[in-house]
Amino acid sequence: MRRGLSSFNVASLALGLAFLYLPILILVIYSFNASRLVTVWGGWSTRWYVSLLDNQAMLEAAWVSLRVAFVTACAATVLGTLAALALVRAGRFRGRLLFGGLIYAPLVMPEVITGLALLLLFVAVEIERGFWAVTIAHTTLTMGFVAVIVQARLIGFDRSLEEAAMDLGCPPLRTFMTVTLPLIAPAIAAGWVLAFMLSLDDLVIASFVTGPGATTLPIRIYSEVRLGVRPEINAVCTIIVAVVAIGIVTVSLMTKFSNAKPAPARAEP
Amino acid sequence: MTAPRPSATHDDRLSYEGLSCERRAYERRSWGQRLVILIPYLWLGVFFVVPFLIVFKISLSQLATALPPYLPILDLSGGIDGVSQFFAGLSFDNYARLVGDTLYLSSYGRSVFIALTSTAILLVIGFPIAYAMARAPRRWQGVLFMLVVLPFWTSFLIRVYAWMTILQHDGLLNHLLLTFGIVAAPPVWLATDSAVFIGVVYAYLPFMVLPIYATLERMDESLLEAAADLGCPRWKSFWLVTVPLALPGVAAGALLCFIPIVGEFVIPDLLGGSGTMMIGQTLWMEFFGNRDWPAASAVAVVLLGILIGPLVIYQHLQARRLERGG
Repeated sequence: MRRGLSSFNVASLALGLAFLYLPILILVIYSFNASRLVTVWGGWSTRWYVSLLDNQAMLEAAWVSLRVAFVTACAATVLGTLAALALVRAGRFRGRLLFGGLIYAPLVMPEVITGLALLLLFVAVEIERGFWAVTIAHTTLTMGFVAVIVQARLIGFDRSLEEAAMDLGCPPLRTFMTVTLPLIAPAIAAGWVLAFMLSLDDLVIASFVTGPGATTLPIRIYSEVRLGVRPEINAVCTIIVAVVAIGIVTVSLMTKFSNAKPAPARAEP
Repeated sequence: MTAPRPSATHDDRLSYEGLSCERRAYERRSWGQRLVILIPYLWLGVFFVVPFLIVFKISLSQLATALPPYLPILDLSGGIDGVSQFFAGLSFDNYARLVGDTLYLSSYGRSVFIALTSTAILLVIGFPIAYAMARAPRRWQGVLFMLVVLPFWTSFLIRVYAWMTILQHDGLLNHLLLTFGIVAAPPVWLATDSAVFIGVVYAYLPFMVLPIYATLERMDESLLEAAADLGCPRWKSFWLVTVPLALPGVAAGALLCFIPIVGEFVIPDLLGGSGTMMIGQTLWMEFFGNRDWPAASAVAVVLLGILIGPLVIYQHLQARRLERGG
């Protein structure tokens, strides 16, 4: 690709990024609005954050969501990494194409279908709707994303390092633990964080499979948002955005994301 | 292979030993490999494939006031009688209703229409952004890439909610339009189709930009140089070289947007009007509102039927990318 930006290129970049970021910025600013009317500016204030502390239902939902997201991220990371290894390293095995299809399908499948399908499964095999049902559903949804990220790293890395270790008599499992794993660790970490975020974010699938006592944060937010825009919701959303931003910055610093050559096709959702 | 070959020459034996060593290593590894394949495969089989079979089965059942709220239930303990009873109880009533009731047909039509239109809008907006990203200096590309990915990592629900604040009647957009005298009276945004389009385009923009950027970024720039050397004007080489080479990315981006948008629920529910529903909302209403699980399942099966073509093409593109090694 020829380098150098025309003014049209600069304009489309600037407008595109403004379009992506302005709404979130506005949301954050209005969360510090003193006025109860979301659209009238009444000066800076943190009162909505303070009133959140009294919102027991919201706090409980946040706690449920964090626990679900943590377990989901761990399970999805293991399963997704295994799936990526199977796709890249296991060579051709029977059903590989189908396997690849299965991994990618949850990424684009409309959530209403996945949610309904999983709920019907849980009812059929009598798994109680609630915390574990949501966790299993989220793991199924997010492991594909982990697989895509780890797979990219596996494709892009130098196999001669592994071969050297094996040639020197290192057994396969130990080679994997001491050579392969450290090399793909950044991708695994990124996959963990992405799975965590996606689980924290999911509304539709969780709504289908949740049960009493397992109201997640998005379900809680959604039920309040349906009644209209409220400043407390802006405050909750701002906190979530801040957590997400901190998480991502941490990961990119950890893995020096920006130093590595960007791997867009592979890290794409 | 395992029997020693007495007549083997020295050289022969060496290579034979080497081979068997490799083979043993391969076999030792293949056990681990089998496990590596099996575990995620099993998980997806149980929690992704089986559920769809159940959806299909229940779409052929009838609504009942029991729990679970559908009949018949396959009862294997009843032996042959139980199974034959089960098949006798299957009905296509739910599908007949889908075709008979205009509510469903119009929901499907509307969903496909909105998905097609917004995919086209996304392409028009997304391509120039991806193109500009690919042309940016190398050291900026990592940052630009992160900037486009970041919103995707931020909560979907929050991003849709953000637009509720902006688009509501006394919201920021109308405020700006009135202040600058662009309109005399504030137009209604929320609960209209325009709001749905804005929300969809906003939420799915990274899904369109990233695959296109990925293909453009890999493009061999000597092709453009060759075109220029042969006297091809820049606009022409853009159409004849760049665009055709970007097509796989465009296709991936379009499918990555189109498929989920057809089944979208959150955006039309929060930003759209209550008059006409998208199919995701219809399914949601059947399930949560009417508690009619068989009808909801039938809606899901038909929706899957509509999307199966695009899904297969998408899988195919992904598989090809995998074969190419990235």
